[in-house]
Amino acid sequence: MSFDAVAQQPKLMYLLQGLAAFAAVVSVILLALHRAPVRRRAAALILLAPALLLLTVGLLLPGLRTLALSFTDDGGDTWAGLDNYVWMVTDPRALVVLRNTLAWVVLVPSLTTAVGLLYAGAVVRSRFRTFALSLLLMPMAISFVGAGVVWKFVYAYRPAAVEQIGLLNRLVVAFGGEPRQWLVDSPWNVMFLIVAMVWTQAGFAAVLLAGAIRAVPGELTEAARLDGASPRQIFWRITVPSIRPTLLVVVLAQAIGTFKAFDIVKTMTGGQFGTGVIAHEMYDQAFRYGETGRGAALAVVLFLLVTPFVAHQVRARRRTG
Amino acid sequence: MTCVRERLASRAFTAIAVVIAVLWTTPTLGVLLSSFRPEEEIRTTGWWSVFGTPRLTLDNYAEVLSGGGNGSGRLAEHFVNSVVIALPSVLFPLVLAFLAAYALAWVDFRGRDALVVGIFALQIVPLQMALVPLLKLFSEGWLFLPAWHLTGPARFGQVWFAHTVFALPFAVFLLHNVLAGLPRDLIEAARVDGASHGTLLLRIVLPLARPALVTFAVIQFIWVWNDLLVALTLSGGTAETAPMTVGLVSLAGTYGNEWQRLTAGAFVAASVPLLVFLSLRRHFARGLLAGSVKG
Amino acid sequence: MRFGARLALAVITLVVTVTACGTPRSSDSRAHTTADCGPYARYGEHPGTEVTVYAENRDREADLFEETWAAFADCTGIDVQYEGDGEFEARIQLRVDGGNAPDVAFFPQPGLLERFAKAGRLKPASAGVVALAKQGWSADWNGYATVDGTLYGTPLVANVKSLVWYSPRFFRDRGLSVPRTWSELMAVTEKVAASGVKPWCAGIESAEATGWPVTDWIEEVLLRQQGTDVYDQWVAHEIPFNDPRVIRAMDTVGSVLKNDRYANGGFGPARSMASISFQEAGTPVLSGDCAMHRQASFYADLWPKGTEIGPDGDVHTFLLPGADRTSRPVLGGGVFTAAFADRPEVRAFQEYLATADFANARMKKGPFVSANRGVDPANAATPVDRLSIQLLQDPRTQFRFDGSDLMPASVGAGTFWRGAVDWIGGASTRQVADSVERSWPEN
Repeated sequence: MSFDAVAQQPKLMYLLQGLAAFAAVVSVILLALHRAPVRRRAAALILLAPALLLLTVGLLLPGLRTLALSFTDDGGDTWAGLDNYVWMVTDPRALVVLRNTLAWVVLVPSLTTAVGLLYAGAVVRSRFRTFALSLLLMPMAISFVGAGVVWKFVYAYRPAAVEQIGLLNRLVVAFGGEPRQWLVDSPWNVMFLIVAMVWTQAGFAAVLLAGAIRAVPGELTEAARLDGASPRQIFWRITVPSIRPTLLVVVLAQAIGTFKAFDIVKTMTGGQFGTGVIAHEMYDQAFRYGETGRGAALAVVLFLLVTPFVAHQVRARRRTG
Repeated sequence: MTCVRERLASRAFTAIAVVIAVLWTTPTLGVLLSSFRPEEEIRTTGWWSVFGTPRLTLDNYAEVLSGGGNGSGRLAEHFVNSVVIALPSVLFPLVLAFLAAYALAWVDFRGRDALVVGIFALQIVPLQMALVPLLKLFSEGWLFLPAWHLTGPARFGQVWFAHTVFALPFAVFLLHNVLAGLPRDLIEAARVDGASHGTLLLRIVLPLARPALVTFAVIQFIWVWNDLLVALTLSGGTAETAPMTVGLVSLAGTYGNEWQRLTAGAFVAASVPLLVFLSLRRHFARGLLAGSVKG
Repeated sequence: MRFGARLALAVITLVVTVTACGTPRSSDSRAHTTADCGPYARYGEHPGTEVTVYAENRDREADLFEETWAAFADCTGIDVQYEGDGEFEARIQLRVDGGNAPDVAFFPQPGLLERFAKAGRLKPASAGVVALAKQGWSADWNGYATVDGTLYGTPLVANVKSLVWYSPRFFRDRGLSVPRTWSELMAVTEKVAASGVKPWCAGIESAEATGWPVTDWIEEVLLRQQGTDVYDQWVAHEIPFNDPRVIRAMDTVGSVLKNDRYANGGFGPARSMASISFQEAGTPVLSGDCAMHRQASFYADLWPKGTEIGPDGDVHTFLLPGADRTSRPVLGGGVFTAAFADRPEVRAFQEYLATADFANARMKKGPFVSANRGVDPANAATPVDRLSIQLLQDPRTQFRFDGSDLMPASVGAGTFWRGAVDWIGGASTRQVADSVERSWPEN
């Protein structure tokens, strides 16, 4: 079946209709606003209503439903009390999942930020700044399905006797070592997944930090340089302290993103070999095994774990603002 | 003396940068090279052997783009679907969040701060757990809302809806930060002139918020373009409505043994986000910064 | 001040225009092919209807399915919308929970089918399907699609798992003959190992499903050592998972798969099978680095392109032998149709899938095995498919279904698979069997 351009027309028509309908809604809102006097609560309501309605239906209620489900069994039919939570802290596999999640949340934000900071610091004054930053951003453009293939060519294992197709084992063999099964040997395999995650995220951190570093007043660094400080000293004593707010924002954003990391685990190991994390295990339990209650309980724990980070981020924002 | 030390230190920095850049690009480069290699060689030899015996072919791309059947070939069709999904999924949350953020920043009402925090906190609800209720809404109706009963291209509507909902917390948060940081005098002056909220919104706030809007648009576009979970669940999964990522996954075949096709497929799929990224790179960084630290 | 109002008006005008000319045209221009519609007359005419089908088969298998029922669809007027999804097992639950179930699903595991039947989501099979099921399949096979006495669908695809792939040339060169009993198999194994080649190769990596080839091995050996009764009791959890007889079967498997002298041919130490995908695990048979690879009939599709299959070809299969020459235990798997809707067109489609005509037509298109009694082995696309069909139709065969597919998904597709991975990785038999037993759901 080759590409049929005519068959695409209804889709494009639907796209136009959708955009037009949305434009109509927005126009109605704007018209209403045009009539409404300034400084009225009505104006706020009109502006906020679409977003709040969508959020309630799409996130708030599902969140509450998940909370309720976590106390049930058999897909919500029977009350299970705290059984699902007890399972989580007693089942050896669930404990491994919790352990891995903690490892992820400690390591991914710190490594990502460290790489991003060093890189940003190094390239920010260079002529090739934008090009250099795009190199790091590239992984973000590649889908997780693509990233799975990318890392397959890094971690692939072949027996010692034949040629390696994985880069890492090729290097190991070149230095006289035995090829290793990077994604199988627990607990180090968790580290190798984390590396892949850092790979996808570091560009984001680098761009943010590069922007912040550029915003550091030139007089500050110039003064330090005249005082005889080395670039390294300037970087660590002047630049880094001045961009602390951004650093905090980056770390927190990474931490929140890491809690929700799902795709990397899914495409690389499917949570096997003791590499599961909460976001992935939750999906497996709720859908693959039909254990909706356990999946929901994991979701609630995830929620509780992320909350302090979000609260902190809101506070961090206030402080910078 | 200081001069030498300085150069050494900056050389150390440069060295670090080069090492990181090489580490970050090599894996991608490997797949890029692999995508031009014959299937048999992809499976038996490493991509670096291409430097020794270059045997390049465009077969993988030809198969992925225009081959026949369910497995290969429909990427062109999926590409159209991806575009149809992505445009509204970027635009809708962008506009709605902009309106909401304006209200949260510049209209005084009680409980405003709590609302900001509440909306942002909704980011925590795991997507995976929100999918079932959304599906229920579309197929059976939910609470006070009627069922949608969408078929054919109308399924795109479900995907737009889901992406819009999931994007709102971050979008509102980002845009609220930017809008709240606009100079108060400017807004007040316009108000004294008798400007309505509508005029303020379009004439004064919108131009100032443009970098942040671009930033969000880029992030959201890449997210939507690369999304698999929402697409698989809500788009219907057939070539009629499913986006590139779904097509990409099925390229691997029932037994997943045709993964060499993914080398070419991954780059076809990534080409659009890469272009968007590269062309909007400058705006992207500027808006992000405005959102997080406000210059 | 007027700016907003003018913009809004312009937009609304645009909306009206676009929606007015954008009313979707009906697209029932699907041309009737010239195919003979006689055989399909019994399914009636259902013009303008649609049946959605959801299954895990993608790529070429999806094409072959679609080609097979194209004539049915044209003649009955039913638009069959097929969707293949590698994440079938997880996403079918999501879709059913969300009220978005397909009309017909192809369940690769009876355990999964049972879950939805018990939840009252599936529609019992129509009288027509029940009649076709009785006519086409043995009671055993229909039993897998029967829950609490109600039939929900029919077997669609069958897999024979108890096959050992080998290179006829390799065996000839070393003067080996195809083993007919378990002890002969072990003798061949030892002889090959003594000659410096690791006799067995295996790969168990399969994303979320990693480990399943090992669970197949354990089931095969349990079936051969203890017979069908104990096997059935074990699958139904009437005896504990860690029963001493199961432990014995596992240890027998371990003496082959966890033995660095016997495995993993062509790939290194026995542990390496965790990194090797099941798809590529058999390739060392071709190069002579491994003598035997136990894998299901569908593995015929996974050999590199151009590999010849047959007694004089590059690879061939023999039946994994039983304890003696007379016993013929065969382990297998299958896919079952089941319907979430009972509209007439869905009934018609499910009935069509239950016929031997469908199976024969599908087999003529490419590799496919059905356990239907009315299937003609002569239609098989490959010698291995023919052998599989003959085995399935042979009354002496003691067929048993893959146990992990019958167990509750949290065990059969969860702890058992993962336990198998740990076990290959070095965990003790006792430890693994105990942990799987503990994970068995209580009700």
